[in-house]
Amino acid sequence: MLHTVNKSPFEKNSLESCLRLSKEGCAVLLFEDAVYGALKGTQLEATVVEALKSKKMYVLLPDIEARGMRAEDVISGVQTVDYAGFVDLVAEKATVQAWL
Amino acid sequence: MKFSIMVNEGPYQHQSSDSAYQFTKAALEKGHEIFRVFFYHDGVNNATCLTVPPQDDRHVVNRWSELSKKYNLDLVVCIAAAQRRGILDDNEAKRQGKNASNIAEGFRISGLGQLIEAGIQADRLVVFGD
Repeated sequence: MLHTVNKSPFEKNSLESCLRLSKEGCAVLLFEDAVYGALKGTQLEATVVEALKSKKMYVLLPDIEARGMRAEDVISGVQTVDYAGFVDLVAEKATVQAWL
Repeated sequence: MKFSIMVNEGPYQHQSSDSAYQFTKAALEKGHEIFRVFFYHDGVNNATCLTVPPQDDRHVVNRWSELSKKYNLDLVVCIAAAQRRGILDDNEAKRQGKNASNIAEGFRISGLGQLIEAGIQADRLVVFGD
């Protein structure tokens, strides 16, 4: 299953809810303002690093760059994808859940 | 693979309308089929041809229309959400006694049943909203 999260974790708790409730082995894609959750050195880093032990995490690079950041700023283990990669993830997983 | 897309936010208000467009375009360029794009809630504002953004800005409405023309996309606007927000086609304008319509090229107005069908017919339903 693919979970998509588009809210900044510093504004809404949808990323934390998603990570708490989603099952092991699932994939989580961060895009729009949720890309802030994929950055190194934030309060949320430990939560994301912990989630990486049982889940795959992805972040949309165009949305990282649109906010003035680079791929190097992303927590290691979180994979960057472009829109084509986003499409591949949706196609790859049997279901997709948007955490709006 | 067959995708359906749902757009719940208007243009220039929330990124979801841009994200939905970029996703749809990427899927089509990869050779996937888009069964339908359904515009609901404030998403219906993506369908007004009266939108005039500054020339150096992206034209969200025309961008959808152009994509629809190129790939023969089915862009469906929820009728109840559209009427509340003043999005009318010729038929609805006549029926409601209005003197103008404003639905953009490539879009059509229909009901929620089209969303249900989009969910049933496609392999994946991808939702973009706030």
